[in-house]
Amino acid sequence: MAERILIAPVTRIEGHAKISIFVNDAQEVESAMFHVTEFRGFEKFCEGRPFHEMPGLTARTCGICPISHILASSKACDALLGVEIPPTAVLQRKLMNYAQILQSHALSFFHLSSPDFLLGFDAPIEKRNIFGLLAEDPDFARRGIRLRKFGQRIIELLGGKRIHPAWGTPGGVIGTVDPSERAEIATGVPEALESVKLALGRMKTIIDSCPDEVEHIGNFPTLHLGTVTPTGELEYYDGVIRIVDGEGNIVADGLDPQRFHTYLGEASEESSYMKFPFYKPLGYPGGMYRVGPLARLNIARAAGTALADRELREFKHRSTGAVNQSFHYHLARLIEMLHCVERIEEIASDPVLLKTRVRAVAGQNRNEGVGSSEAPRGTLFHHYEVDDNGLIRKVNLLIATGQNNLAMNKTVEQTAIRFVNPRALREEMLNRVEAGIRCFDPCLSCSTHAAGQMPLMLEIRNRRGEVLGRLARR
Amino acid sequence: MKDKPRLATVWLGGCSGCHMSFLDLDERLAELAGRVEFLASPLTDFKEFQDADITLVEGSVANVEHLEQIREIRKRTKILVSFGDCAVTGTVTAMRNAFPVEEVIDRSYVENAAVVIGRPGGGDVVPALLDRVRPVHEVVEVDYFLQGCPPSADDIYGFVMDLLNGRTPRTDGRRFG
Ligand code: SF4
Repeated sequence: MAERILIAPVTRIEGHAKISIFVNDAQEVESAMFHVTEFRGFEKFCEGRPFHEMPGLTARTCGICPISHILASSKACDALLGVEIPPTAVLQRKLMNYAQILQSHALSFFHLSSPDFLLGFDAPIEKRNIFGLLAEDPDFARRGIRLRKFGQRIIELLGGKRIHPAWGTPGGVIGTVDPSERAEIATGVPEALESVKLALGRMKTIIDSCPDEVEHIGNFPTLHLGTVTPTGELEYYDGVIRIVDGEGNIVADGLDPQRFHTYLGEASEESSYMKFPFYKPLGYPGGMYRVGPLARLNIARAAGTALADRELREFKHRSTGAVNQSFHYHLARLIEMLHCVERIEEIASDPVLLKTRVRAVAGQNRNEGVGSSEAPRGTLFHHYEVDDNGLIRKVNLLIATGQNNLAMNKTVEQTAIRFVNPRALREEMLNRVEAGIRCFDPCLSCSTHAAGQMPLMLEIRNRRGEVLGRLARR
Repeated sequence: MKDKPRLATVWLGGCSGCHMSFLDLDERLAELAGRVEFLASPLTDFKEFQDADITLVEGSVANVEHLEQIREIRKRTKILVSFGDCAVTGTVTAMRNAFPVEEVIDRSYVENAAVVIGRPGGGDVVPALLDRVRPVHEVVEVDYFLQGCPPSADDIYGFVMDLLNGRTPRTDGRRFG
């Protein structure tokens, strides 16, 4: 009879989840599953709201990447108006997106994941967190904190508030940038570059020191999907969708993000509030794909900025074909941070940023609109249908983290098979399984449009749900 | 030396923005780490809630697990704080109260799905949603309310420092949203 080991909650990820590990009669790990336990229901309760509320409302799906939602939502609303927004608004939106990806990636690497790498997977539980890192390596921890702060501060300068700024709006943005704000942003660039380079160096050493994790935590071929410029460079605000396979061959290119529902579908399963998106031509679950930093570096031909391009070339040498090791999400995130800082510097020196025409004015001209953006964790789509009075009739949100659901499940399973010995269960084994999930930096608030946490339980159960035994984590 | 006060943070039905605002303390996090002992939180690996002096609760009570959890936490914490608008009033999380819960689930998992293998919410792994989302004080007694969506880092800092220094936290200047 198969038994189940339950890890709950999965900690140090941004959200709320459990993992079940199923064990067979021979006491070997047979399979594993990742469950997301929260759900808030944005797709329903936005019904009846005026569409211009949507950027502010959908920002509240997630406190980590509200800017991504504000962007995808504002773009969907731009489509409802049927306008092209002023160049200054585009530049502000891009700057905000780079700032947000930078702060979110800093959170993922320094605050959440680096305690595993720098203090050890086996470090005592009281230590294995950002506060432990502050005690152990204060300089490095402080750099991480300041890097996140740099991103958050840019968001505050443009939007007036670090989290959920009332800033993005149908047709553009609210608020202009003045020269002193632009100067403050530029001043922060050198330190940010230095910190990212330092972290990159550390990450490469870490990779060299844990070949086992690299090879056995979520290493398998899948499709990779994301946005690129029409010439195949990294792009985060507006572009075309490209998909490559596990060998790095282009499977689809130049896809229109506005038509995402023709090639991407979602499946529902009872075991999770997070749906399972798939690439429609390959069906479910065969159409598994990955999004986010790893996928973006796999699909892009070049970064388009000097430092990131050098790193990207080296990155691509880590594998023939696409880089399929999920562990390399961490490295990919750091390379993206480098690119973000370079782009922030570029935009901060562009005089167009200071122009004061930031919003196109128009009434509603369409009843359906789609908007997308590259969020820290992958491609994000908002799809709205509105009535003639501008009230929302239907909303579909295809969330970045959700699109990694199939791959996260597979990663959990692969990691559990490699690292968990059910006959001698030890805390650090389970931490490794969680670390598999952490590669993806899942933002569960986003993906189920909810977040949360629950009390400890680590249970071995049979398939009928009967508890056969309990284990304390400490 | 007297033991440091023990601080926990929990995350019910919210967007994590209140926790992110807590992280916006930036360098002041190090200072805080010197003043308190951090217990269970989305930022640490403790799976079990231990007795705490102060607990900040983000989010509303939205499912059966939250209900169980907040009751247990109330028993084990001296000062319970509704942290952010979702905890204080329900706000965005409670917007689904205008619709029957079955319709809310169907919209996401049936109408907005291309393939329906199962519909979450009824099994034993993911918790059932409550019919009505509630603010924390509707379920357990709350000692302090810290509003804002999210409360700013300065508000959080001032609030926690007031508590640590034995003062009644000031409420002036704070606002919802
Ligand atoms: S109060 Fe606002 S920031 Fe806090 S959890 Fe609720 S929606 Fe998020």
